[in-house]
Amino acid sequence: MEYVVEMLNIRKEFPGVVANDNVTLQVKPQEIHALLGENGAGKSTLMSILFGLYHADKGSVKVKGKEVNITDPNIANELGIGMVHQHFQLVHNFTVTENIIMGNEGGFVLNVKSASRKIQELSERYKLSIDPNAKIEDISVGMQQRVEILKMLYRDADVLIFDEPTAVLTPQEIHELMGIMKNLVKEGKSIILITHKLKEIKEIAERCTVIRRGKYIGTVDVANTTQQEMASMMVGREVSFKVDKDPGKPEELVLDIKNLTVLNSRKFEALKNFSINVRRGEIVGLAGVEGNGQTELVEAVTGLRDIVSGEITIHGEDITHLSRRKRNELGIAHIPEDRQKHGLVLEFTVGENLILKSYYQEPLSKHGFLNQDKIKEHTERVVEVFDVRSGQGIYSPASGLSGGNQQKAIVGREIDMDPDLLIAVQPTRGLDVGAIEYIHKRLVEQRDNGKAVLLVSLELDEIFNLSDRIVVINSGEMIDVVKTEDTNEDEVGLMMAGIKRGEGR
Amino acid sequence: MKQKNNALVIAVSAVVLGLLAGAILMALIGSNPFEGYTYLFKGGLMSVERIGNSIATAITLILTGLSVAFAFKTGLFNIGAAGQMLMGGLCATMVALTVTAPRPILLLLILLAGFAGGAVWGAIPGYLKARFNVHEVVATIMMNWIAYWIVYYVVPAYFKGAYLETESRLIPVEASLKTSWLDSLFNGSYINIGIFVAILAVIIIQIILKKTTLGFELKAVGYNRDAAEYAGIKVNRNVILSMVIAGSLAGLAGATFYTGYASNIQIGVMPNQGFDGIAVALLGATEPWGVFVSALFFGLLHSGKGFMNAMTSIPPEISDTIIATIIYFTATSVLIGRVWSFLAKKRKRKEQEKVIDQTPTDASLEEDK
Amino acid sequence: MNIWQIISQIFPYAIILTMPLLITALGGLFSERSGVVNIGLEGLMVVGFFASAIVVKGLENIFPTAAIPIGLLAGVVAGALFSLLHAFASINLNANQIISGTAINMMAGALTVYLARTITGSGNIAIRIGVIRHTIPVLSKIPIIGPLFFTQTYWTTWIILLIVLVSWFLLYKTSFGLRLRACGEHPSSAASSGVNVYKMRYIGVMISGAFAGLGGSLILVTYSGEFNGTVAGLGFLSLAALIFGQWKPLGVLGATFFFGFAMTIANVSQVVPELAVIPPLILKVFPYVVTLLALVLFSKSSQAPKAVGQPYYPGQG
Repeated sequence: MEYVVEMLNIRKEFPGVVANDNVTLQVKPQEIHALLGENGAGKSTLMSILFGLYHADKGSVKVKGKEVNITDPNIANELGIGMVHQHFQLVHNFTVTENIIMGNEGGFVLNVKSASRKIQELSERYKLSIDPNAKIEDISVGMQQRVEILKMLYRDADVLIFDEPTAVLTPQEIHELMGIMKNLVKEGKSIILITHKLKEIKEIAERCTVIRRGKYIGTVDVANTTQQEMASMMVGREVSFKVDKDPGKPEELVLDIKNLTVLNSRKFEALKNFSINVRRGEIVGLAGVEGNGQTELVEAVTGLRDIVSGEITIHGEDITHLSRRKRNELGIAHIPEDRQKHGLVLEFTVGENLILKSYYQEPLSKHGFLNQDKIKEHTERVVEVFDVRSGQGIYSPASGLSGGNQQKAIVGREIDMDPDLLIAVQPTRGLDVGAIEYIHKRLVEQRDNGKAVLLVSLELDEIFNLSDRIVVINSGEMIDVVKTEDTNEDEVGLMMAGIKRGEGR
Repeated sequence: MKQKNNALVIAVSAVVLGLLAGAILMALIGSNPFEGYTYLFKGGLMSVERIGNSIATAITLILTGLSVAFAFKTGLFNIGAAGQMLMGGLCATMVALTVTAPRPILLLLILLAGFAGGAVWGAIPGYLKARFNVHEVVATIMMNWIAYWIVYYVVPAYFKGAYLETESRLIPVEASLKTSWLDSLFNGSYINIGIFVAILAVIIIQIILKKTTLGFELKAVGYNRDAAEYAGIKVNRNVILSMVIAGSLAGLAGATFYTGYASNIQIGVMPNQGFDGIAVALLGATEPWGVFVSALFFGLLHSGKGFMNAMTSIPPEISDTIIATIIYFTATSVLIGRVWSFLAKKRKRKEQEKVIDQTPTDASLEEDK
Repeated sequence: MNIWQIISQIFPYAIILTMPLLITALGGLFSERSGVVNIGLEGLMVVGFFASAIVVKGLENIFPTAAIPIGLLAGVVAGALFSLLHAFASINLNANQIISGTAINMMAGALTVYLARTITGSGNIAIRIGVIRHTIPVLSKIPIIGPLFFTQTYWTTWIILLIVLVSWFLLYKTSFGLRLRACGEHPSSAASSGVNVYKMRYIGVMISGAFAGLGGSLILVTYSGEFNGTVAGLGFLSLAALIFGQWKPLGVLGATFFFGFAMTIANVSQVVPELAVIPPLILKVFPYVVTLLALVLFSKSSQAPKAVGQPYYPGQG
């Protein structure tokens, strides 16, 4: 057969947005086919249709040459289609075996022993090294992903969809995953790789289909196409990857953290004797794989978490006993990792969100009463300066804004506070290229205005683009600190895996 | 603005559906719904005295409704209004029976006692929630029963009524919230100055929620606890404060009921108004003025059911059933919204299809539509 | 009387009070394990209470032996049907589950008395017969546990305990149980595995309705003898027992036994001289205060199903 999976002229609409507009995807047997697009372009929607979680409004799907109607994941499974999700679909307090057999138990009464055996065999055959009896909450993120892969293999999947699989992996684990994927193809599987990472596409995919804002742009031979060309297709214009910036001119210390030890919610040491500092006029990038202590570090600085030992000073003043509000007043601003959970109250209007940290200060309020006029004045100004676009201006409910505009609102609120220290955690996650460029510009602008910026990001590109210095964290320890110009991504990748510079492999 | 219209449509739809359900129930037992409703509404409005009674019943509901609505606005479910009412009422009654003072001061002390009793009773589950993450639904329900039994034993032990063991002594006339000029205005109904307390409460709560930093904080905590914490708002303090305010409102309800509407407190009765307050709050879209109007409506329903029962054979529980059904429909308000938008979309699609399919040569097909 | 005599005297009564709590809490377990909070257990018990009262009253003179089992069945069916209201609101409409549950409680309380009044004129329905107690011949002679467990027992007790055992097996050893629990912990995960989350949650809620209805019926035929429109907070106590028992069948068994005992002690304190020295108020509020303490101890490290109470939107995650 020519194609193992075909999605032809797919259209899918949601209230207010056309997620897929006449999109066609054709995957050859035993190929690794990349599906490239920005955040929000419609890749996940398309794959959800293939996997039976959504139904297409128009268009047809063919599997192995035959037209099919995939109404739920069970049917997708029966057709041999399996999906490794971006956000793992695993039950945290079930074992590996229980997660894998769910929905496919083979009988009313559970037979865990024989299932475990089969899983063990599969694990060995595909070199996945999984313990079938481990609980999901106890194993590493990389291993959890392999459980998702095993789940598909257990159901004899032929076509495996990987949705942004490398977001949560170390560079080492990414290499391992690439190896696993090549192995799977050798064993006769076909792979659809959803991603926005051009480097990975170049490394492993044969062909690549590009989607932009729901529309099908084209399918290219990866070997014959440059990253630049693919990026232009993805975004629709020339894209420059580098941010224009002068070299930084760092001055005195603003944030100084020495020997910080912090416990996480499960009472393990998330930070061990960690030290880092940021000066006026510089951007320090904290590089590391998710879950290595970055969250706890930021929480300790902003006052959301208590520390066990160590010191945190701002301009030399110890802040470890200050309340969150006091730290805000001292000049610490924070763009949080999860804008909808921590950054915004979605039920509030844009205006109300913009005063979330400052509502109690004059002139916005006096003697406990809000001054609506002053609030209006202040928030309208911020909205204009930071280009926050919404239906009803400051009266729009925050829930109605796009991701990019929500983030701009948060950035606006934080920068408008004129902070001495700006902490930005994953500031461009889930945003389109235009918004990303805007936020990067703003961060560099803050640096040039003499602010201290601590950038915490999982995207090495972003770290390298913006930072003057890079600090690498692994398992709560500071591995090394280097000047950006003195290092490269491979070196930093090794550090992120815990290997210091100069140490052997 | 759109949200306000939305809330109004939902409220009205829920009421209509509730009344419809009531009509079906009346018909089910062989009574005439029109007759039933006529007597129900007459029972509440037919005379000045009856109007007074409707308002008097509403007073308690306004306050318990505010209690539930306020807690709700800050993200908490106050199912404990009944217990807070009992404790507030107990404290108020105790003051009324033991303190002598000039009437204005006495009345003030009575209201204060009600306020305080309810406040304490709300603070406890509030503290448990803030400090130990104990879910306030189960906690407040437990508090209800603890209050119930406290009243059950304290009243006969210290304040036993002259005739019955199951109720307290009557409070002296000077201690009652009933006043002679209101009595003469409404021909001697149960109405009392609690109505002014209730209206004042509505105004104050409205101001707090809309115009103060406290209201802003409480709403932020209620909508998104994480974001509020991140922004520096003291979440725990606000949770407790919210329950204290909610409890004190219900406590005031107890004061107005047991020393205003009634003149003593009975044991072994869990006041229904506590739970009706939930209905009132939901129907009023948890807005203070919405609560006010809903409470009046429910007051009417409760006030008229006796008359209806006397004139037809319809059991008075119909009022409670209608109220419960209304809550169910406000909870499922999404359905109402969906039905409306489904109908709207269907109409729109039909129009669009007409335009697309309009081809000059297929005139016959068009007629078949 | 010494302690042992007191215990063996009140034990049967404790069991009687425990059983309705136990079965209702078990129902709540199924609902919450599937992901739906069911505050309406109180109302569902009342519905079962009512349905069984009507049926038993209607049949007690015609078919005395069959009246009680059929009455119990009526309670089960009535509870399951009434719970559909909550299921529909919570599952299909993603309504606020606490509000929906509260509506159920209020509707049940009002509606049942309304209907009862039209039947008997007073809102109460009294029945003549009740479950007869038996002493099991051989087992009751076993020292210690004989007098406690096998003397003067109700046959309904054994059915309930059987249901508990079956429930444990169902929950942990079958594919049904695995899928149900997944729906409560991580519904999108279950959906990706092809489980019909809506169906599972409906089943969970209906089981809670059926069990709670059975609980209400038990009250009628074992110790109450008369429907009076309320179950005096037992439904809420079951909810507390569920939390106390950390959502596990055996934990719930222990928790409800504890509550049953506490309530019995409170009830008989007047009669037993040793207990009468404790102020009755303390005894009466004891179960509720202990519940609060238990909540304090258990709420921080709660083992509640992770996704319980959250509306499920397909396609998320």
